[in-house]
Amino acid sequence: MSALPAGAAPPEAHFRYVLRLADTSLILGQRLAAWIGHAPALEEDLGLANLALDLIGQARLLLTYAAELEGRGRDEDALAFLRDAPEFSNLALAELPNGDFGQTIVRQWLLDAWQLEMYEALAASSDPRLAAIAAKALKETRYHYRFSSGWLVRLGDGTAESHARVQRALDDLWRFTTEFFTPDEIDTHMHALGVAPALAPLAARWAQRVAADLAAATLRHPQTQPYPWHGKRGVHTEHLGHLLSEMQHLPRSYPGVQW
Amino acid sequence: MSVAVSPAARARSAAEQHVWEILAAVPDPEIPVLSIVDLGIVRHVTMSDGEMRVGLTPTYSGCPATEVIRASVRAALDAAGFGHAVLEEVLSPPWSSDWLSEAGRRKLRAFGIAPPEQAVAHPRQLWGAASVTCPRCGSRAGELLSEFGSTPCKAHYRCRDCREPFDYFKCL
Repeated sequence: MSALPAGAAPPEAHFRYVLRLADTSLILGQRLAAWIGHAPALEEDLGLANLALDLIGQARLLLTYAAELEGRGRDEDALAFLRDAPEFSNLALAELPNGDFGQTIVRQWLLDAWQLEMYEALAASSDPRLAAIAAKALKETRYHYRFSSGWLVRLGDGTAESHARVQRALDDLWRFTTEFFTPDEIDTHMHALGVAPALAPLAARWAQRVAADLAAATLRHPQTQPYPWHGKRGVHTEHLGHLLSEMQHLPRSYPGVQW
Repeated sequence: MSVAVSPAARARSAAEQHVWEILAAVPDPEIPVLSIVDLGIVRHVTMSDGEMRVGLTPTYSGCPATEVIRASVRAALDAAGFGHAVLEEVLSPPWSSDWLSEAGRRKLRAFGIAPPEQAVAHPRQLWGAASVTCPRCGSRAGELLSEFGSTPCKAHYRCRDCREPFDYFKCL
């Protein structure tokens, strides 16, 4: 990577950077879609389905762009349906099981808050295509965050049972947030080119937002020692393979099938 | 036939005007009282060097109507002899509910859907309209039932005066 001429975006790093964003949206959207018909109330069923739809729509825009950057003839479908778990680069939090409604809300809220910071910063990216996708996605993410943070407060500041459940979910999921803002060589390289934002200021804003929401929800800030997952580097939990086997079943079983 | 105001400020050629009129007759598949021109998703119609280019922007990234709209536009252009027109996806600037035409807002209200409260220019608007006008009785006492409704672009409200539930076209 370092052997490339200064100022030129190495296509490989650029491809991988966009793919990471795409994969997190795709996997989270797939997880949320499993709530359809199972949510606690019709409004929440519609809400989660809408979030899933937006996320999969964002993933399509990003995957299509990633496929063009890669330039090896793959398209959005090939990237979504014909890669195995180690080739996926989503944040590991996105692939974790839905659990109960409280766990889904905590996962969603942590990732919505992350996406808010990322898309807001990426809307000013030197890459005009990525900036356009981010500006569009940002508007949708504001709605998502409003939904998830609203439910976090209602459940946290709700009954003893709902409070205990979201606190437990929070304590369980917190360790997966470490990789959100831990830069690796791709983040650093794309930042140097002006494509990606510096992660440290984003991390500070994210932490501030999260702390304020936790206070409003009367939840205890998790004390668990964070440990690093490297979903964005292809190191996943055992849950991703199961998710992919379901998501990819049709195009894998019937190669080239058309809707 | 009245055609909604387009974003393009420059004078239109006769062919361009013709295409705008064709597009003004293409309905949104989910809210068929609105044309795609009313909705503000036709971003440009330009004829240059004998090539007609039509720019369309999606409302929400995941809106399933986007592909149906593209196919309907293609079919309408084909039928009118513009089979060679190039359809372009425009992502920037992102679609805003502020682009809904005045005619579109009137049609929405008559259809029973509350049009978006102006204007997105103020970011607070995204965080929930303070009050929404009931499209049935005109009361300002609309209250939020659900942030999400029957399509990505709508939220679900109810009127505290006439007690009727209604859809609200969200600000985006």
